[in-house]
Amino acid sequence: MVKINGKDFDVSGKTIAEYLTEANYNLKYIAVERNGEIVTKGQYASTVLADGDTVNIVSFVGGG
Amino acid sequence: MLPTKEEMIAALEKRHGVETQRKFLSATVAICGLGGLGSNIAIALTRAGIGKLILIDFDRVDLANLNRQQYKLSQVGMFKTDALCENLKEISPYVELEPHCVRITEDNAKELLKEADILCEAFDNAESKAMLTNIVLKKMPEKYLIAGSGLAGLGSANTIKTRKAMRHFYICGDEVSDVNKGIGPVASRVLVCAAHQAHMVLRILTNEFEA
Repeated sequence: MVKINGKDFDVSGKTIAEYLTEANYNLKYIAVERNGEIVTKGQYASTVLADGDTVNIVSFVGGG
Repeated sequence: MLPTKEEMIAALEKRHGVETQRKFLSATVAICGLGGLGSNIAIALTRAGIGKLILIDFDRVDLANLNRQQYKLSQVGMFKTDALCENLKEISPYVELEPHCVRITEDNAKELLKEADILCEAFDNAESKAMLTNIVLKKMPEKYLIAGSGLAGLGSANTIKTRKAMRHFYICGDEVSDVNKGIGPVASRVLVCAAHQAHMVLRILTNEFEA
């Protein structure tokens, strides 16, 4: 199981890019942290989620 | 006649206490974007007696900004950096201001923000917010970043919150109300969000790290 934004998901083995696409995130509007380290956009496709990972995804909306 | 710097500091110490004011005075805070969030954050931090503000925006004051941004009708057409410096100096002539009339990019961010202890993200569009957040968290992990997301419309003011999203990263807003859906930002709700951001700055400076 991978903990994403506080909830458990059965997504170990998938890349971050695969998860983000499935979960309908717009890649332009987000920041992703995995096990306390920021994952840059260039690393989404090469970072494979593993059992026990903790992932934080922040998705911004416009307005300021 | 203007009061002296010492008189102004004494007045702040009377409200905030000597020790707290020392922390505020020795801080440098950067505000990225000087629109509805940024201009209001800048005013709150100037009133608190923050020592130095780095103010960054490339844009000019537009008539359509006046519904929520801290500019005057007489300032329409001015660069926001110039207009805001004018307004802040009227509140506190001794606040140190470092304006940069530029667009923040991946290439110049680190240099522009290097002196700041705490950064406020106050851009308008979601893509810029994400761009700055990714750069700061990756390249400047020692700094604190306080972002705004979700403040548009006439939803309840009570849904605007401060959340500690990562170790040095806080988000203020409801994280849902998009400016591109429904009605745009109104002064009162934008002010709530800006106040959350400014308040988190003051909390961090006094070693209160919980949202």
